[in-house]
Amino acid sequence: MNTISILVLFPLLASIAVFLVRKDAVRNIIVRVCAFTTGILTLFVVCRYFKDGISLSFANRNTIDMIIAFVEVLIAAYIILIGIKNKKYIVSIFAAVQTTLILWFEFTQKHGIDVQSDIVFDRLSAVMVLIVGCIGSLILIYTVGYMKWYHVHHEEYKERKSFFFSEIFLFLFAMFGLVLSNNLLWMYFCWELTSLCSYLLIGYTKTPEAVNNSFRALAINLGGGLAFASAIVFIGMNFKTLELSVLTVLKPELMVLIPVFLLCIAALTKSAQMPFSSWLLGAMVAPTPSSALLHSATMVKAGVYLLIRLAPLLAGTSVGKVITLLGAVTFFVNSIIAISKSDAKKILAYSTISNLGLIVACAGIGSQESLWAAILLLIFHSISKSLLFLTAGSVEHQIGSRNVEDMDILMQVSRRLSGYMIVGIAGMFLAPFGMLISKWVAMKAFIDSNNILTVIILGYGSATTLFYWTKWMGKLVSNANRKDHIKHTFHIDEEIPIFIHAVLVVLSCFTFPLISEYVLVPYLSGLFGPGVSMPLGISDVNIMLIMLSMLLILPISFIPIYKSDRRRIVPVYMAGENTGDNESFYGALHAKRKVKLHNWYMESFFGVKKLAFWSNVLSIVIILVGVLLLIGGITK
Amino acid sequence: MMLVIYIIAVIVLAPLVGGLLTGIDRVITARMQGRKGPSVLQPFYDVLKLFQKESIEVNTMHRFFVYISLIFVIFTTVIMLLGGDILLAFFALTLGSIFFVLGGYASNSPYSTVGSERELLQMMAFEPMILLTAIGLYYGDKSFFIKDIIAARVPSIVYLPGVFLGLIYILTFKLRKSPFDLSMSHHGHQEIVQGITTEYSGKDLAIIQITHWYETIIALTLVYLFFAFNSPVSHLIAILACIIAYLLEIVIDNAFARVKWQHALKSTWVITGVLASVNLIILSFFR
Repeated sequence: MNTISILVLFPLLASIAVFLVRKDAVRNIIVRVCAFTTGILTLFVVCRYFKDGISLSFANRNTIDMIIAFVEVLIAAYIILIGIKNKKYIVSIFAAVQTTLILWFEFTQKHGIDVQSDIVFDRLSAVMVLIVGCIGSLILIYTVGYMKWYHVHHEEYKERKSFFFSEIFLFLFAMFGLVLSNNLLWMYFCWELTSLCSYLLIGYTKTPEAVNNSFRALAINLGGGLAFASAIVFIGMNFKTLELSVLTVLKPELMVLIPVFLLCIAALTKSAQMPFSSWLLGAMVAPTPSSALLHSATMVKAGVYLLIRLAPLLAGTSVGKVITLLGAVTFFVNSIIAISKSDAKKILAYSTISNLGLIVACAGIGSQESLWAAILLLIFHSISKSLLFLTAGSVEHQIGSRNVEDMDILMQVSRRLSGYMIVGIAGMFLAPFGMLISKWVAMKAFIDSNNILTVIILGYGSATTLFYWTKWMGKLVSNANRKDHIKHTFHIDEEIPIFIHAVLVVLSCFTFPLISEYVLVPYLSGLFGPGVSMPLGISDVNIMLIMLSMLLILPISFIPIYKSDRRRIVPVYMAGENTGDNESFYGALHAKRKVKLHNWYMESFFGVKKLAFWSNVLSIVIILVGVLLLIGGITK
Repeated sequence: MMLVIYIIAVIVLAPLVGGLLTGIDRVITARMQGRKGPSVLQPFYDVLKLFQKESIEVNTMHRFFVYISLIFVIFTTVIMLLGGDILLAFFALTLGSIFFVLGGYASNSPYSTVGSERELLQMMAFEPMILLTAIGLYYGDKSFFIKDIIAARVPSIVYLPGVFLGLIYILTFKLRKSPFDLSMSHHGHQEIVQGITTEYSGKDLAIIQITHWYETIIALTLVYLFFAFNSPVSHLIAILACIIAYLLEIVIDNAFARVKWQHALKSTWVITGVLASVNLIILSFFR
């Protein structure tokens, strides 16, 4: 058995094992060991096949196909049943239609279609495997610590921890399968499996809200799955192939673009792009680690991964233009909506949608520069977003709230935790950090491909992005000194994964020239031929690295200055009415009043509700335009 | 070796020129208001005096941000005046500005916090225009490097008139002039006291002044880039343009009252959307 097969199947076994063990202490050990093993296996596979890549073909393909078909029928039956039981008939219809479609194709049309390689491991898969394996297993280790306290804080929910862990492992299995499969039928199976897993994770607490949101996620993702299934049938019948690698080297003519457009729709649903974004916002009812998983290592990344794979077919085509515009609109609108939110997880959710919009826009352009940016964005976003979700989860345990307004005391509660959070936020938008580097290149790519409208949208979107992150950071550094909070300890099994994440954020920024040299350039050379180089000049890269070093060194270099220059500390200025404790002032009639400092949300200024509605309308119109263009046969 | 001398020269000369400009500004403003005004060197005296005063603080954290901010603003100035990448310079400048904003938050004082929010809002207002300026300049020579932009065969102003006007509009933010001096004002008559700088005193306040001198130079360099091209005379014209732009800003400062934040944000975004975007869209058609 090949190591890659082991890597894919191991989480599946772990999932079953964890599900069966009901004793907390034993299960925690198993989860930790399995997570660790997954991480090691990931590193091993990547090291082993990184240089030359590998493509595998399975002799017993038919048996595997049969097993997959069987499991698909089981899943479909399950979804149809729960759909009927909960009166969400749309879910049942979607599941029934697509499974019938795929089975019909499998048993009547598939004969004679030869598959050369079922699994392809190249540099892009390596990146994805690393993200899924490493971030995924770190999240798992964190989850062990997190779930210990989750049910202490939330006694109202039924405890189903073994189910929870088992789902996460199943999710990793599906993701590994998805990013490694070249056989579209296999990929589709994993695709559906991630939809199912996310449904199960979102519905973990079984509150009416959770059930509702989980069905919404399932409905939207199954809708995407239907598009995927139709695309497979279309490709199989017209081009007699079932391989992604064969599809992507076809000439982008009308017959190719129709299934590509369908696949793009599937990818957009999975990546929660407008107008399909609502499911990801509902997903935050679940315990935080599952959000971290959905937002960083799995699920939404599957969508953009597929788009990046399809990018050669999108470059310069009408479908590509539609996708780019959709991504850009999503990026801008969601960054505005994020300004109006104070719930940390909501801000993170909107920022995920927004940032994925940028990746989608890059993939739609499909030039070498834009793909360079897209893959780098994907890497940096995964690490930073995962870090932010994990810290948000711990902060909720520490201060009993995930409202950003309450985080002004975090510095007092846990200096380290707020430090990690600041690193995460900086990683999302600040200058020498990864996201900004990739955004910079994305901007260059948009200009060079003459997409000036996208550039303008990006300009505005960057400004709004800056606003919502900085005001959050402002709360973290504001160092409010309230005496009424309760002291908690920041547990070590939560801190270790968070610490590793924070190190990864900084390290990935230092090593991005290496990532470019050894991953992005070789991968892109495979697509565009030789002559691909890093889109940033070496002098710029050096200045970036100098800035990053400055950010690391400067805080330390201030320690001696502080030692030598001690100063008188005075109360803050409150127009002479400070009562002396910086917490209250004398108001009218000399009554003591509490000082309350709030961030700006500007909900009415931007008209967020209307904006969300109209931008959804706009994105539906953009998609319809895409459909019309294809019906009209316009491919350029 | 030459590089080091250049860098030192930039670091030393930029604030001197910036401070001098501020002094001239004060004299002209005074004359416009029918006063005699201070000596041209007054800003330097002010800063020297601030350095000798006792620095008090409300907590040990907030001064740190001001120093970091200064360092990154100097960094930006060096990148720009040595002909570096203009986008990179903007990113470094943004980083500096963000530290400044965080400083306001870190004091956890009501007036500073409001100032910080406003400063952040101002950044959100002018950031699109700044980025579009860089992108417009890129069109000329397909390079983001300032040394290439000023060596072009045609001055950028010829094909970027809209972008230039948009830049002049947001220059008011950058120079902290009325009507867009929402977050902190040079004049001590603002509704939020000294805004973001309320809790700073002594050395820290002096540092903020010096940071502003550098920022003035950065802002005027942007104007310069629109006029300079490979003819030597053009550099004189460019300097003249900077002076005119600065005088214009002084007039605007004295002629307009401070606006509400809604107006500041909306008008800037509309101006950017109309002038700069249309300009760039037209340009992209001619490629």
